[in-house]
Amino acid sequence: MTLKLGVPSKGRLMEKTFDWFADRGIDMRRSGSDREYAAQVDGADVDLVLLSAGEIPRELQAGRIHLGVTGSDLVRERIPAWQDVVRELQPMGFGFADLIIAVPAFWVDVNSLDDLDAAAADFRRRHGHRLRIATKYHRLVREFLRDAGVADYQLVDSQGATEGTVKNLTAEAIADITSTGETLRANHLTILPGGLIHRSQAVLFKSRTADWSNGNKEILEELTDRLQG
Amino acid sequence: MTDKITVRAEAERLFAFFKASGAMAIDADLLQPADTLLDLYGEDIRARAYVTQDPNRGEMMLRPDFTVPVVQTHMEHGGEPARYTYLGEVFRKQQADSGRATEYLQVGYELFDREDPERADAEVFSLFNEVLSPLGLRPATGDIGILKAAVETLTTTERRKGALMRHIWRPRRFRALLDRFTGRVDMDAARKALLDRVAKDGAEAVVQSGGPEIGLRSREDVLARIAHLQADAAEPPISRSEAEVLDVILSLRETLPNAHQHLRDITVDLPGMAASVDRMARRMDALAAAGITVEDLPFEASFGRTTLEYYDGFVFGFVAEGRPDLPPVATGGRYDALTRVLGRGQEIPAVGGVIRPELVQQLREGLA
Repeated sequence: MTLKLGVPSKGRLMEKTFDWFADRGIDMRRSGSDREYAAQVDGADVDLVLLSAGEIPRELQAGRIHLGVTGSDLVRERIPAWQDVVRELQPMGFGFADLIIAVPAFWVDVNSLDDLDAAAADFRRRHGHRLRIATKYHRLVREFLRDAGVADYQLVDSQGATEGTVKNLTAEAIADITSTGETLRANHLTILPGGLIHRSQAVLFKSRTADWSNGNKEILEELTDRLQG
Repeated sequence: MTDKITVRAEAERLFAFFKASGAMAIDADLLQPADTLLDLYGEDIRARAYVTQDPNRGEMMLRPDFTVPVVQTHMEHGGEPARYTYLGEVFRKQQADSGRATEYLQVGYELFDREDPERADAEVFSLFNEVLSPLGLRPATGDIGILKAAVETLTTTERRKGALMRHIWRPRRFRALLDRFTGRVDMDAARKALLDRVAKDGAEAVVQSGGPEIGLRSREDVLARIAHLQADAAEPPISRSEAEVLDVILSLRETLPNAHQHLRDITVDLPGMAASVDRMARRMDALAAAGITVEDLPFEASFGRTTLEYYDGFVFGFVAEGRPDLPPVATGGRYDALTRVLGRGQEIPAVGGVIRPELVQQLREGLA
């Protein structure tokens, strides 16, 4: 058995992952045609597994891969008590995105989590239901708002085009990933001050549940030496 | 590891005790509509209850407690006064490493009685005390009504009181609000900037400049809140001395008679507290009449503030001393407001509690 490393199977995240490892003397490339999901590594005793970035947390949790590259937001969202299940080996310095709460820009009275809480209470009284926040990051948003003591809100699921939900009257505010804020501005939304939930980037994770016997631990040690090199 | 048959036998014993005390057996569906529970407890309940999807009935929850369905059943069909008991599983998600049960039996007793609420409080507490007495548990009592009365007597606006009331169950947020209302912390810079701009350009223009109106929270909603913020900024802070009294009440931990005496002294300065302190005295008498040794019964004014969100009066718990690893063996309290929310205009004073038979069984085994 060799050490299995899960990397994102598509796009910029895959390219940047390959570049990151190449900078540290480990060459990765896709084998065969562009459409074939197989890849290999030169210079290390590692099996590459190409996966969708969203599935990598699950595979790490199950211990089916030893190492995995994915967004720190996805690991926190998808793995309960994630610190017990995986360890952050190295932040990789790309794939930056902030998970934030955004509200309509004309809500000039809402400039903090305190304000959001008070506005939610008023909203519930006036409109008869809790203030809706559209997101796909249910766990992270709920924990954040609970710690901040915000009440009278409800989360509604939105798997895409979340910035449009306010205009479409399916939510009053949103919690989503943003990198530049352009989409927010275009949809007349603004980041709530104090509403930064998580600053995400690509991270190389180690699974605590994978099988680390049969020489895999030694392979990892050799690999981390080179990565820190 | 206690097996389920043994635990169920223990549960049946407790259930029989409550039935013999005059309670009517009642049951509830395992699948409860999620909306009602979410509206009552807020989004946090999702982290604690199992949610499942039914294509026709929408989101359902695996029964996280009996109180809500029992109140609903009573409000629809019940006569008064009424005593109910139930036995069944409840389901709660737990932290991955907590080792706590996600599915366990509860035996409960609920009393709906308009006549004499303090006597009803004492009846429920003394029944629990009696059935649990062989275990040598430590009782705890409190009274959310005292906290509410303390907030109500503050010399400040209804809106500020309302904000504090709303967060009585969230101690940290409550503290932050109180610090702001007493001027212990300054108004945050963003709000000051907003109010300055509003004073200069008018609220309409400031909202206009923010961007187009989108979503259900309307321009009127925003303007209404700005008006509240202006009014609040003009309001004097809650006085230091009033805030100190509130701090004293919040940290009060004494035997019930001493706590009562302490609060009685406070009513000299805060006559608004008198009614709830009178209630406390009547409850103390009723507890003594029910055979409880009130002289060393502990009272904590903050008891029940963090966990028992719908309780709004008398609260109690029984915990196994020296076993911080175990959740409380029993908890309960008064929940008049909940009946108001669920009763659509009707209400009935209600008090009740639940026991966890598997803990009772476990502790009995330890004693044997």
